[in-house]
Amino acid sequence: MTDLSTLGPGLADPSHDAQQLFRAILDATSHPGRIVSLPAAPAGPGMLSAAAAAYLLTLADGDTPVWLAEPFDRPEVVNFLRFHAGAPIVTQRAQATFGVVAATTPTPFDDFNLGTDAYPDRSATLIVDVPNLTGGPTRRWRGPGIDGHADVAIAGLADAFWHDWATNHALFPCGVDIVFTAGAELCALPRSIAVES
Amino acid sequence: MTDGTYNYAYLDEQTKRMIRRAILKAVAVPGYQVPFGGREMPLPYGWGTGGIQVTAAIIGRDDTLKVIDQGADDTTNAVSIRRFFAKVAEVATTTRTEEATVIQTRHRVPETPLSEGQILVFQVPIPEPLRMLEPRETETRTLHALSEYGVMQVSLYESIARHGRISKGYNYPVMVNGRYIMSPSPIPKFDNPKLDRSPALQLYGAGREKRIYAVPPYTPVKSLDFDDHPFEIETWEQCCELCGSKESFLDEMIVDDDGKRLFVCSDTDYCERRRTLPEAAE
Repeated sequence: MTDLSTLGPGLADPSHDAQQLFRAILDATSHPGRIVSLPAAPAGPGMLSAAAAAYLLTLADGDTPVWLAEPFDRPEVVNFLRFHAGAPIVTQRAQATFGVVAATTPTPFDDFNLGTDAYPDRSATLIVDVPNLTGGPTRRWRGPGIDGHADVAIAGLADAFWHDWATNHALFPCGVDIVFTAGAELCALPRSIAVES
Repeated sequence: MTDGTYNYAYLDEQTKRMIRRAILKAVAVPGYQVPFGGREMPLPYGWGTGGIQVTAAIIGRDDTLKVIDQGADDTTNAVSIRRFFAKVAEVATTTRTEEATVIQTRHRVPETPLSEGQILVFQVPIPEPLRMLEPRETETRTLHALSEYGVMQVSLYESIARHGRISKGYNYPVMVNGRYIMSPSPIPKFDNPKLDRSPALQLYGAGREKRIYAVPPYTPVKSLDFDDHPFEIETWEQCCELCGSKESFLDEMIVDDDGKRLFVCSDTDYCERRRTLPEAAE
């Protein structure tokens, strides 16, 4: 039996909050590299940031299995997502629509669903919870949604992450999409974006 | 909640989440048609059910909505959709292009340049640009997967061989970001250049065919052509009878039983602004 007394609140106004959050997420996704803040985000459970929790409450439901990396695979996070989103929590990365990983989690993207050439939309979206969306080494992003280029400095990621990203980007139109989250802020990196080191 | 009868913006929350996930994948793969679970809407296919579902999934109380049908704000389809969202989503509506945050359109792109932050939602009858050349969905899906678009180039070549030029005047196929051939919906080819590197987000919804696709801001959108037959837009010898514009897309009207003809702007907001504000006409 789940102890509901420790469960944090979900969205205060599910319909309108989800709409506002979605528009912020859409703004971020259609302008990769742009940092958007999510005012309606509730506090995240456990180690999960408010932005990561808000992303999942906005988009996850019974149709979207969620895979949680080690620092998030805890009862408080699992119960939060099961109760508020109704999302199944899976143990196989390949089954997940959404994967939640930390900046330090080794990220072999191809463990997740990459979609197929015929159905690239079936690929997974990874939520990468990082310490900060600024202050890291600056990298130059180019691609659809960016006017020229964007200089982005996500903190806490290993060089290997960007090496893996180059491989992921090369798979286009297949590949995973990423949203970086920190606190109540979010920054999107769709598979269409090339990142220069 | 409006009157307690429907959920906000008509669709239930789970449907909106499903459409929202499809929109995000569409933005991530520009020009690729994402299948979605299209719902039955309170109006028939062909009246913008795809565009309405996209608009319902994105719209909120802070938005200002503009709806146009062939450029006009005052036609039946545009008026009905605008009133629908004013009722079920409690949004402000406008006819002014620059005031709108969301613009749902049938078969035109506004003449007034769009700006960053605006979302243009297209109503799409047939999302598959290759459908008239290859009726089988399994085949067109494979052609897109392999980026094998020779059949489209051949059809454009045949048009040149027969007519001396590419005769397609609307729904003119485009290449998005160098990867996917996309139907821009039946907008006149006059509007195709406005899609290229537009600062606004373009979302396309096809209700009957249950497809959503997108072009993110600043994304290259190239109208297909040949080196020796470059893409060209329509031109007119006439100018708009009402506002005198020489730059806008003109509709030809028959005004009496003797067949007297008149050319007027298709974009009613653009035309009206030029007539009421002299500085806008300069």
